Amino acid sequence: MIQFQDLHKAFDGKQVLTGFTLDVKDGETLVIIGYSGSGKSVALKHVVGLLHPDAGDVTVDGRAVSTLDRPRLAALRREIGFVFQFAALFDSLNVADNVRLGLERRGLPADEIAERVHEALALVDLTGTDGRYPAELSGGMRKRVGIARAIALRPRYMLYDEPTTGLDPVTSAVMDRLMVRTREHLGVTGVVVTHDMRSAYTVGDRIAMLYEGRVRQVGTVEEIQHTEDPVVRQFIEGRPS
Amino acid sequence: MIAQVGRSAVAGIKAVGRFGQFVSDMVRALPDVATWGRLTLVQMRRVGVDSLPVALFIAAFTGVVLALQASYTFTGTVPLYFVGTLVGKTMMLELGPVLAGLALAGRVGASMAAELGTMRVTEQVDALETLAYDPQSYLVVPRVLAGTAMFPVIVALAILTGILTGWLASLVLLDLSTQEFIKGLKLFYRFKDTWFGLFKSATFGFTITLVGCIVGLGTRGGAEGVGRSTMQAVVYSAVLLLVLDAFWAMVLLR
Repeated sequence: MIQFQDLHKAFDGKQVLTGFTLDVKDGETLVIIGYSGSGKSVALKHVVGLLHPDAGDVTVDGRAVSTLDRPRLAALRREIGFVFQFAALFDSLNVADNVRLGLERRGLPADEIAERVHEALALVDLTGTDGRYPAELSGGMRKRVGIARAIALRPRYMLYDEPTTGLDPVTSAVMDRLMVRTREHLGVTGVVVTHDMRSAYTVGDRIAMLYEGRVRQVGTVEEIQHTEDPVVRQFIEGRPS
Repeated sequence: MIAQVGRSAVAGIKAVGRFGQFVSDMVRALPDVATWGRLTLVQMRRVGVDSLPVALFIAAFTGVVLALQASYTFTGTVPLYFVGTLVGKTMMLELGPVLAGLALAGRVGASMAAELGTMRVTEQVDALETLAYDPQSYLVVPRVLAGTAMFPVIVALAILTGILTGWLASLVLLDLSTQEFIKGLKLFYRFKDTWFGLFKSATFGFTITLVGCIVGLGTRGGAEGVGRSTMQAVVYSAVLLLVLDAFWAMVLLR
């Protein structure tokens, strides 16, 4: 279980999170929606210790992330797959080596690494792209390699940072299908940060809206779709103020 | 005015603190040999072998110019075999390490800052961390070790090249015999001349790569930030290299 507990974070004096509190239950996929710059990605990065809170904390299965020493933080990160907004693939490594890198860190035998790389690329429909470099891939393919890199580690949690941003509608739908398939295949708990409502409705069990640094509303997909909160309504309908 | 001085002082203290933290993190990553061992060999090739042409090119022309300027200065007053003395001493003690260092500050320091800066702004460094790698072990230690180990090798070859072209210039352009050139070369030679230049170049290699890594990993703000970091890496490296050069002269040559 992931718990955001009264999280506060500011950058250069600008308050981004102002008491963000939210629970992610085991086995569910929770989608965090919100305006650009509202702090969705900032909240997500606290889960893997890439950012440190000014106050409050994130706990993962009872472990307060900001208090973990390096070995414990590394152990926690081994349980979490993180898919970055622009994939964050390593330019100097080919597709297979990008997927392999995290597995090598775990000290797995070579044959198991090869098997997992093959399996992960097959799961994202990228079999046969092993030797290609990130610069030779389309945006959608890069994001799928990012997913393959994360799921090859067989994580307990998957975190997706804007997985459909910058993609055409068809490729976005492919990404949504992959996220659903990943959850069914691995049974992982997921957190998806997005402002793409179609994607949110497809992949989410629950949706939380982050507004002015804290949760404005959280509920099931249906509850959000029928909300009477004017701020949430305006956002999900995409109406300018 | 006072507030501005105060802000500058605070910023300076913070920068020193960040530098100390960075070096301490790098030292802490040293036991992780499994990560940096193989990568260091890759960096040694990139820093060392790939940098040789530019260092040797500079050294070759420096040797020729040194021989001709020495001859021009000595004419009629100092025996010409002192050309060998001046070429040897100057290449070993100063121009070999400093000119190669300045050239490599541009080539190696800038490329490291640009590469790591790009990795930072495209979240590749964050991705490394989420894969449970320590960026210090994976990115910094291999580069700094490679720089520290390979700079003396590059400088040694640059010194040899400079002396060789100085000798050829003396032979062809100054009518100085090989025996006379070698007599001059040996005249005031001390073993310290050799190790001083090589030791100094190791500290240059350490400094240039460390600055490249610190500036690169501290990059903020997309392509503009990468450009700014690249420029800063070259400027900071060149300034620190000249300060170090004066420092070692004061400490070791007095």
